[in-house]
Amino acid sequence: MKTLKIEELSKNFGSTEVLRKINLEIDEGNFLVLLGPSGCGKSTLLNIIAGLETINEGNVHIDNYNVSKVEPKDRNIAMVFQSYALYPSMNVRENMIFGLKQAKVSKEKIEEQLEKVSKFLQVDALLERKPSQLSGGQRQRVAIGRALVREPRIFLFDEPLSNLDAKLRVEMRREIKKLHQQLKTTVVYVTHDQTEAMSLGTNIAIMNHGVIQQNDTPENIYNKPSNTFVADFIGSPSMNLIKGSLKESSNKVSFVTHGSNIEIPINRYDFKEKSNLDNKEVFFGIRPEHIFFKKSNEEDFEINLRADLSEYIGHEQIMTFNFENQEVLAKFPSTVKIHLSKNTKLFFDLTQISLFDAKTEERI
Amino acid sequence: MQDKIHSSYKQLEQKSKYTNMFLRWFLYFVLVVFAFYFIFPLYVMVVTSLKTMEEIRQGTLLTWPSGLNFDSWLVAWGGRGYGAGDTFLKPYFWNSIKMVVPAVFFSTFIGAMAGYVLTKWRFKGDKWVFLFLLFGCFIPYQAILLPMARTLGVLGISNSVIGLVLVHTVYGIPFTTLFFRNFYVSIPSELVKAARIDGAGFFKIFFKILLPVSTPIIVVTIIWQFTQIWNDFLFGSTFSFGEAAPIQVALNNMVLSSTSVKEYNVDMASAIIAGIPTLIVYVLAGKYFIRGLTSGAVKG
Repeated sequence: MKTLKIEELSKNFGSTEVLRKINLEIDEGNFLVLLGPSGCGKSTLLNIIAGLETINEGNVHIDNYNVSKVEPKDRNIAMVFQSYALYPSMNVRENMIFGLKQAKVSKEKIEEQLEKVSKFLQVDALLERKPSQLSGGQRQRVAIGRALVREPRIFLFDEPLSNLDAKLRVEMRREIKKLHQQLKTTVVYVTHDQTEAMSLGTNIAIMNHGVIQQNDTPENIYNKPSNTFVADFIGSPSMNLIKGSLKESSNKVSFVTHGSNIEIPINRYDFKEKSNLDNKEVFFGIRPEHIFFKKSNEEDFEINLRADLSEYIGHEQIMTFNFENQEVLAKFPSTVKIHLSKNTKLFFDLTQISLFDAKTEERI
Repeated sequence: MQDKIHSSYKQLEQKSKYTNMFLRWFLYFVLVVFAFYFIFPLYVMVVTSLKTMEEIRQGTLLTWPSGLNFDSWLVAWGGRGYGAGDTFLKPYFWNSIKMVVPAVFFSTFIGAMAGYVLTKWRFKGDKWVFLFLLFGCFIPYQAILLPMARTLGVLGISNSVIGLVLVHTVYGIPFTTLFFRNFYVSIPSELVKAARIDGAGFFKIFFKILLPVSTPIIVVTIIWQFTQIWNDFLFGSTFSFGEAAPIQVALNNMVLSSTSVKEYNVDMASAIIAGIPTLIVYVLAGKYFIRGLTSGAVKG
């Protein structure tokens, strides 16, 4: 069953278009991450799902019911905010049961829920404390607890980890993942952090300028980005996009850059449409982690490139090479010794490449 | 070579040490002068109010009183006990209390509500509403005297404490709204969103979530409004006379109407009595005043 379905949704603030014709579906129990740079409309989309923002066009369905005009409190959702948004004047207990009290749930039921959730999240010892007396991680837990006691159909998370320090963020990320594994509630999660998105989501919708660029599993987003924006956004450092064109002769396709004699054979690539390839202007995409310093399989393409720059970051090093005056980055273990300003033998893993039309920037 | 550099460092060090010392002493000197300058009038007032007329005539302004003589204070507060022409502060003091308490309450409350709406329930044109409200802070009081007098007349509450309450409430709203708006801007709107999802409505969010954290700005507003309204002379003297006058108007009448001798001791005592309530408010809530004024700048 589709827990959440969004149809042809558009939203403007005045004359600024924030969301354009968004279509989105989530299956029961899935974890959807909305990922994108700041200002791409992902938070607005989440607020619309919650009912905190109005819609200009389109509809939102929860459990096959059109909730576009339903109040936030009646949508069967709960939301966790970036600033936690704990009510400062109330202690943890009051914070967690505020929603249930508003909904006029019976006292026994409230107590039961509170006990269950506070034990589950290990905040039962903090019930009498004020939010100001809690650490960042504890506040985060209470905020999740406040959402949990309502037993919502959908959890909405709005960048819940970005206020935490790096170490705590990794811990809380794991906790959210565990939580989802245990509860199997549908989640919509907004973030700008690709690691969070990759590790948490069963699906990721990448957004830019109010449009969903790609909505797919993390594996497909990483391996088969649907356009150059996604290719560039995911991965660190991001995918190398080498400008050049395709050459087709006697059914063999290869990639060449202008004014060079390097010719990379494309014979394992899964083209969407295998016609009119000859002379097509393209970007040849290869991730830094798919360039090796020694041959790993027979199909690898061998090439000699000059190393220009080395960035040491502990467990690995990022090398910049010169590929016909275009920069190509590669990621190696830091134990490999590579001499700068000298040609180095490299191997491109051609099973992992992506090709994009240079004009439309779409995957071909 | 190095020794040379070191010795020149030493010289510079000495030099800046002397400069700093001089500046420090100069600073203290200026501060002390100003402290005397500001405390001097208060000293004269208190000392004079404790003297008899005899002492005042014989001594100078600065002479210490012969003893703690509160007679002039009693006269200022309760009068001499003879009939006509005996003006004293007591009834007018209560007039002022009856005026200032409701006026402060209503203007603060309405300002809080307006600030809440202007920040957390934005609507089309809210910026214009706020801008026009701000104009209220800059309109000179004199400009509205006539229209206000007419309004009070039409409403049938001219020359009454209720009329003054209305005037001060209306005139306070621009300021109180400004205070509360600036305070609520710094409170994350996510709180309101969370409460809406939890099912709280407009008033519940205001009373249960925002108001409990507004103490600093409420204190600032109360001090500001109390001082403004208590010390107001223009509105009081224009829109009221006789029985309904607030204390500042009465003080004026009292000091000007003394027929025979100028009783400086009674005048001084009256002036102090008229100023005491604002002092009390400052002493009780003063530390919140600074905290409240700066709290908007630091996100809590």
